[in-house]
Amino acid sequence: MSVLQQISPNVRNTKPSECTVLLRRSSQIKEELRRGVRRAYEKVIDVYWGDSHQTGVKPLSFVRQVLAACVYPELINSDKLPVDVKQRAQSLLRECARGSVGSCTAAAGVPEIVHRISEFIMKRDGGAPSYPENIYISPGSQWSLMNILKVLVNSEASPRTGVLTPVPCYPVTNLSITALGAVVVPYYLSEGQGQGWQLQVHELHQALESAKETCNPTALYVINPGNPSGHIQRRKSIQEVIQFASEKRLFLLADEVYQDCIHGEKSEFVSYKRVLAEMGPPFSDTVELASFHSVSKGIMGECGLRSGYVELVNVDPAVMKHIHILFSKDGCAPVLGQIALDLMMNPPQPGDPSHPLYHMETQHIRTTWVHNVKRVCEVINSLPGFCCQPTEGGSFLLPRLYLPPKAIQKAQEVGMQPDMFYCVKLLEEAGVLVSPGCEYGQKPGTHYIRFCITTPEDIREEFLKRLTSFHVQFMKDFS
Amino acid sequence: MSQEAVNGVPSRGKVLTMDNMNPNLKRIEYAVRGVLVQRAMQIEKELNEGVKKPFKEVIKANIGDAHAMGQKPITFFRQVLALCMYPELLDDNMFPEDAKKRARRILKACGGQSIGAYSASQGIECIRQDVAHYIERRDGGIPSNPDNIYLSTGASDAIVTMLKLLVCGEGRDRTGVMISIPQYPLYSATLAELGAVQISYYLDEENCWSLDVKELRRALNAARQHCNPRVLCIINPGNPTGQVQSRQCIEDVIRFAKEEHLFLMADEVYQDNVYAEGCKFHSFKKVLFEMGPEYSSTMEMASFHSTSKCYMGECGFRGGYMEVINLDPEVKFQLTKLVSVRLCPPVPGQALLDLVVNPPQPSEPSYATFMKERTAVLAALAEKARLTEETFNTVPGITCNPVQGAMYTFPRITLPQKAIDKAKEEGQVPDMYYCIRLLEEEGICLVPGSGFGQRKGTFHFRMTILPPTEKLKVVLQKIRDFHLRFTQEFS
Repeated sequence: MSVLQQISPNVRNTKPSECTVLLRRSSQIKEELRRGVRRAYEKVIDVYWGDSHQTGVKPLSFVRQVLAACVYPELINSDKLPVDVKQRAQSLLRECARGSVGSCTAAAGVPEIVHRISEFIMKRDGGAPSYPENIYISPGSQWSLMNILKVLVNSEASPRTGVLTPVPCYPVTNLSITALGAVVVPYYLSEGQGQGWQLQVHELHQALESAKETCNPTALYVINPGNPSGHIQRRKSIQEVIQFASEKRLFLLADEVYQDCIHGEKSEFVSYKRVLAEMGPPFSDTVELASFHSVSKGIMGECGLRSGYVELVNVDPAVMKHIHILFSKDGCAPVLGQIALDLMMNPPQPGDPSHPLYHMETQHIRTTWVHNVKRVCEVINSLPGFCCQPTEGGSFLLPRLYLPPKAIQKAQEVGMQPDMFYCVKLLEEAGVLVSPGCEYGQKPGTHYIRFCITTPEDIREEFLKRLTSFHVQFMKDFS
Repeated sequence: MSQEAVNGVPSRGKVLTMDNMNPNLKRIEYAVRGVLVQRAMQIEKELNEGVKKPFKEVIKANIGDAHAMGQKPITFFRQVLALCMYPELLDDNMFPEDAKKRARRILKACGGQSIGAYSASQGIECIRQDVAHYIERRDGGIPSNPDNIYLSTGASDAIVTMLKLLVCGEGRDRTGVMISIPQYPLYSATLAELGAVQISYYLDEENCWSLDVKELRRALNAARQHCNPRVLCIINPGNPTGQVQSRQCIEDVIRFAKEEHLFLMADEVYQDNVYAEGCKFHSFKKVLFEMGPEYSSTMEMASFHSTSKCYMGECGFRGGYMEVINLDPEVKFQLTKLVSVRLCPPVPGQALLDLVVNPPQPSEPSYATFMKERTAVLAALAEKARLTEETFNTVPGITCNPVQGAMYTFPRITLPQKAIDKAKEEGQVPDMYYCIRLLEEEGICLVPGSGFGQRKGTFHFRMTILPPTEKLKVVLQKIRDFHLRFTQEFS
């Protein structure tokens, strides 16, 4: 009898990804193609993940040059790299113990880098103060979100801790919550016609009402810009959410990792922290907030480096001490990731030797994405049974599928959600990997697919070609 | 927004307070980076600002951070990693061919050929294969399945994940986890966090900190009264004690774990750090398989390794892995689910691990330099281990077991009763008081034995043997002088 027949029910009860089968099949197909098996396509277009490097977007030269020089300081003495790269690397290495990125750092991160993060935040937020001692760098934003949840969630409490999360929502967030023994309390985002998704406060009230009997709601998780929804909250909406959190005594978790992914022409990201500060007392002095950011998204796209941070606001000093111990026990975040975070917040400035190239690369990335969104929306909206709402930010599009009854029936017959069925066929027949809306939660009877739009232009065009041809055929076959 | 406001006004009115925060977290302690270290950092700051102290620098001998103490990185590793970071350098003749070959292979296995892409949650497949091959070579050909390898953010991440999986039950049925006293406080801290029951078994200080199965049995039987013991954690080579388990001892432990139906967690991050003559690292897996199918086909086990220690010392990369043995497929499924919450381990750390398990071969251009550097680091550590033991044993009131392996010494200090009383007055545990005084007077930061656990009435400190030999000699001298002064003061 296995020792492990008894394992933590919190772990056992977490819902596995709906997409395990889809992903496994994708790996199989990729392997077959590598081995030379013939299929209708030569390569799988993988736009499942919010991973721009994976789709072919190039890393920023300045960032990689500095990182390379930090890893192998001999480069600083060579003539291989621009002067400002070498200077930056030198200055960063001075901030690492004995000039090595292999040394540990303080638990919260290299103090000088943490300090510069607080300066970045202040600048971003129009001067609202940010204090280094409230900032922790971690291996990715999900890691620090998990740590904050650990503090909030008492897995033995009865009733159990509840955390409000949006529908649709990135599944790892919900997985983290249930793995800790807390309860997910869903609030529905509203998909307005032609207006994109929005967070409406009455849905928050509704969610809270529904949770009354089942758990003790303690925290409210928002993600802005949204994933997968791509919406950006206006100031007024953020204020309403803050007021709601204050009134209902909820700890605010603001996931802002997509703050650098803005493609709407007139869109502007404003942080929860900034709005909170501008609301003044009593809110600014009392609402407890954790804001998260990361190097994984935006023009950096450095998911594999695993680096993000959390900034804590208005948290009880006694509780902060324990948060500090929790981060200490984890060991420090990877140093190269910490450096990447610093470079993200302190890019080359006009006049620096690396600036022209940096400017060109980042402009190219941004304009490609704006163009991607426009073009993909246009094409999808021209197809039958397919509708793409305008989005303003984030790394994804979430178009809605209006599937013919025959397709829905067929899906039921094979035991799949209809949008999963669509995705499986899209992968097999067209070699395109996207994720189904059922992965994120959705209103019953609605179906979506989600895919990454932070791709190079040629990948986008190939994607559209295959998607269009597949979709038209699919709709015909099931009409 | 005032500083006070941003930092948090006291409890009244707060959503998250000491009363309603996760009660388990309040029990976590982690002395390695505790108050003493914070004081050390503050003193450093003061020194930088020109404040006069009886010493010119703070020597942080508290944390097993080799590079911070002057150990040099391995050239080959850093070359390959630089190439992975900025592949344009592949065209440059500054780098040897074997480094370029490794870099190209790693990049090919990365999404979009970038080290910045997510990898699979379990880690890049070809790297897991390389790790499996390394384990096979290390263990004399005993097969290792890449599917059983999980790359992680340092070994700590994998250790915590395994414990999360294992801890369950309520009340008297709550999972009990056996850990050594003394132990690396990641274990005690994680058990506190998970609300698991800590079952302490004492290592035998009189016998070089050896592990005695009789003591394991004693601890287990006592624990059965109030919990459900399911896990046995071993650190070999040991931290903080540095003992290297004999093969016989490992066999005995395996036999015990099987009899008592325990899951074995073998923390082997110091496997290359073995110095004492007559001592050899035996992996738990190897011994398990050599004990025959009765054991090797049934024992459930996880072994852990890392890129932070040994001759690499690359703590900042957070590279590591665990190998699981004989896990039920259903349980593996749950483990895979848990691991996906972390998304993936840092890819540079995965790349570094690949190099550690796949170092330059004799026929390759970088081999000579690599072997020279590796040998030099390990030889220096061996010499420092010997020097430390020798020096401490000349000090009346300090007894030091041989540092057989790992990176630390854990000597026992005799404290005069008056010192113990004084500590009590100050509200300190006696060895913490000793370490605070040492820090303030000599600028040397250690970790008190109370941070690792010790027999009641005994006191210790943990010091790393990492400073360069000349500096280490100075540190040993200063501790010696301090100890004599301290003893004198409280006589």
